Amino acid sequence: MKASRVILEALTREGVDTIFGFPGGQVIPLYDALYDLPGITHILARHEQGAGHAADGYARASGKVGVCLATSGPGATNLVTPIANAYMDSVPMVAITGQVSRHLIGLDSFQEADITGITLPIVKHSYLVKKSADLPRIIREAFHIAGTGRPGPVLIDIPVDVTKEDMDFDPSEVPQMRLPGYKPTVQGHIRQIREAARVIAAAERPVIYAGGGVVISGASDELRDVALYGHIPVATTLTGKGCFPEDHDLSMGMVGMHGTPYANYALSQADLVFAVGVRFDDRVTGKVDAFAPHAKFVHVDVDPAEISKNVAIDVPIVGDAKHVLAALLTELKKLNLSPERHLRWMGQVEGWKRDHPLVIREPENGEIMPEWAVNKIWEVTAGEAIICTEVGQHQMWAAQHYLCRHPRQFISSGGLGTMGFGFPAAIGAQVAKPGQLVIDIAGDGSFQMTLQELATAVQYGLPVKVCIMNNQWLGMVRQWQELFWNSRYSQTCMECQPDFVKLAEAYGAEGHRVSRPEDLEEVLRVAFASPGPAVIDIRVKREANVYPMIPAGGTVHDMMEREL
Amino acid sequence: MKHTLSVLVENKPGVLTRVAGLFARRGFNIDSLVVAQTEDPELSRMTITTEEQDQPVEQVAKQLHKLINVIKITDLEPGASVERELLLIKVKADAQTRGDILQMVEIFGARIVDVTSDVLLIDMTGTPDKVGAFIDLLAPFGIVEQMRTGRLAMSRGRKAT
Repeated sequence: MKASRVILEALTREGVDTIFGFPGGQVIPLYDALYDLPGITHILARHEQGAGHAADGYARASGKVGVCLATSGPGATNLVTPIANAYMDSVPMVAITGQVSRHLIGLDSFQEADITGITLPIVKHSYLVKKSADLPRIIREAFHIAGTGRPGPVLIDIPVDVTKEDMDFDPSEVPQMRLPGYKPTVQGHIRQIREAARVIAAAERPVIYAGGGVVISGASDELRDVALYGHIPVATTLTGKGCFPEDHDLSMGMVGMHGTPYANYALSQADLVFAVGVRFDDRVTGKVDAFAPHAKFVHVDVDPAEISKNVAIDVPIVGDAKHVLAALLTELKKLNLSPERHLRWMGQVEGWKRDHPLVIREPENGEIMPEWAVNKIWEVTAGEAIICTEVGQHQMWAAQHYLCRHPRQFISSGGLGTMGFGFPAAIGAQVAKPGQLVIDIAGDGSFQMTLQELATAVQYGLPVKVCIMNNQWLGMVRQWQELFWNSRYSQTCMECQPDFVKLAEAYGAEGHRVSRPEDLEEVLRVAFASPGPAVIDIRVKREANVYPMIPAGGTVHDMMEREL
Repeated sequence: MKHTLSVLVENKPGVLTRVAGLFARRGFNIDSLVVAQTEDPELSRMTITTEEQDQPVEQVAKQLHKLINVIKITDLEPGASVERELLLIKVKADAQTRGDILQMVEIFGARIVDVTSDVLLIDMTGTPDKVGAFIDLLAPFGIVEQMRTGRLAMSRGRKAT
């Protein structure tokens, strides 16, 4: 069997049924093999970056390993951003790149790039395949590494001559993995879990701080059980959105720079922070020495390197959140917690919620307030759509005002902050969840970075809806310039932009424009109900800012709650 | 504070780059690095000396552990381990100074490995401190060239490093 075919057979064995890719010279043999294999659907992106982010969105929506494929040189370097993005947000991904023939490597050959070298700091692991006989083992290892422990991207770089070789392959023969240095810890240490239970039970002002790790681990039910049994309010990170239902009484929404005032107040007063699947990112902690200054920290994470990386942890538990939370609940129940044990604290949290709510500004002078538009999207979809976002102000409005009830419902570039991520990610999510409504809440700046993927959405009939919060600014940078740089709006005004309605139509998608508040609901209903992809250009108040905001490196005392 | 990390890795291409790159991007300097195959040809041993700066060495050790090809890491305590370094040094030597240098070589248990009319090439092993002291004593005679391998270390006692 040709090695190119073996690669696809090995992918099939790993459960791969969809690949996002873009062909090129050094992957022609692979694409040739794909021509004969009906078991794998190939989604042809219009740029390798689109393919990579789509694989990411597919992985986040489904929990499976996303696969992207590109040729050597520029094809491979165009995957660098998606790989870095997947690495920062711990997304399971296998990226396959073509490489020049083995005898041409290192000679600056046509379309040669040292992609294993380039991506070294942003992969969980990588392979340069030297022998076709290694392919079955390498592919097996790659999927195992990408999908277990703390997930992440794995790169497989395959020289074209390797893919042309003939080799023996028996699909029933599962290759032996050789990974002596890779043994993720799944079960938490029971003594640590008991200690955590004791500390949690003793706390008077506890807070759960939950993140993407809970989503990845599939530990939402376990988290809910612990929160409910312990009567502990829950704040989530951006990537953790939906791991605890945001319409629940115990939910405090998102924490951090643009988090809710009550989540940030609660953390600032807590005597115990129970952190699960989080990494104490600077966008959450602000000034790290002043983060939850009165609290003891219990931290559950599958990655031991996250423990005490940014904040010193009192009770560390290395393990998978699902296992640890289940074991913790058992231990907590042995301690017979009374539901009344911190009524005063719960009252205080309720008070903050009442006195410092997130504000949704109604339309004024015929202008659409962006958070009001997000809230409308939420109302029209009954809060049940899969929401992808780009990066910027719209991302934060979406995070604040599109309340999520389910894990894997909110897909956003948290760590890397990649503009242009949301739309291709939405395409990937739609492929993974064909029956669900998938919406990319976008900014006009971000959407212009990857809008060529409209052709992909149209080609495959993927009914993704792009809602552009169009303010004709690179709004988040503009906001910082306004607040911290004396309103010197250097290069952030983007009044020159395409007619998004015509643009959508040019690609064969549906285009809508909404300029008046009274039209929004109806247009959303029509666009969301239509069977194909749609772009909705929502003209929002141009200078609206995202509030609340704690300036970078600040504390809760520096919070700006609303427009001054 | 100086730390000596003994890192057992898979003997595969690119592993050294992964390890060295990780030190650089996590903000740790490598003072010295010794790599060679172990008794098992599939494994290599890296002995890395690094200075602890803003972040604890534990952090870089944990990050190293995340590299798939890294099997085991030991932060060797100076007292509980034996450290050695190999030195090759070329020193100027004429009829008047040769005797003094030979005496020094004797005291430090070093060896002369090459002699010309005006230069001695000396090979010496010892703890990094001892190697340093030896170099200091030879310096007045005029050092033409010196090379040190960097620190190699093994834990004491029965257990493997």
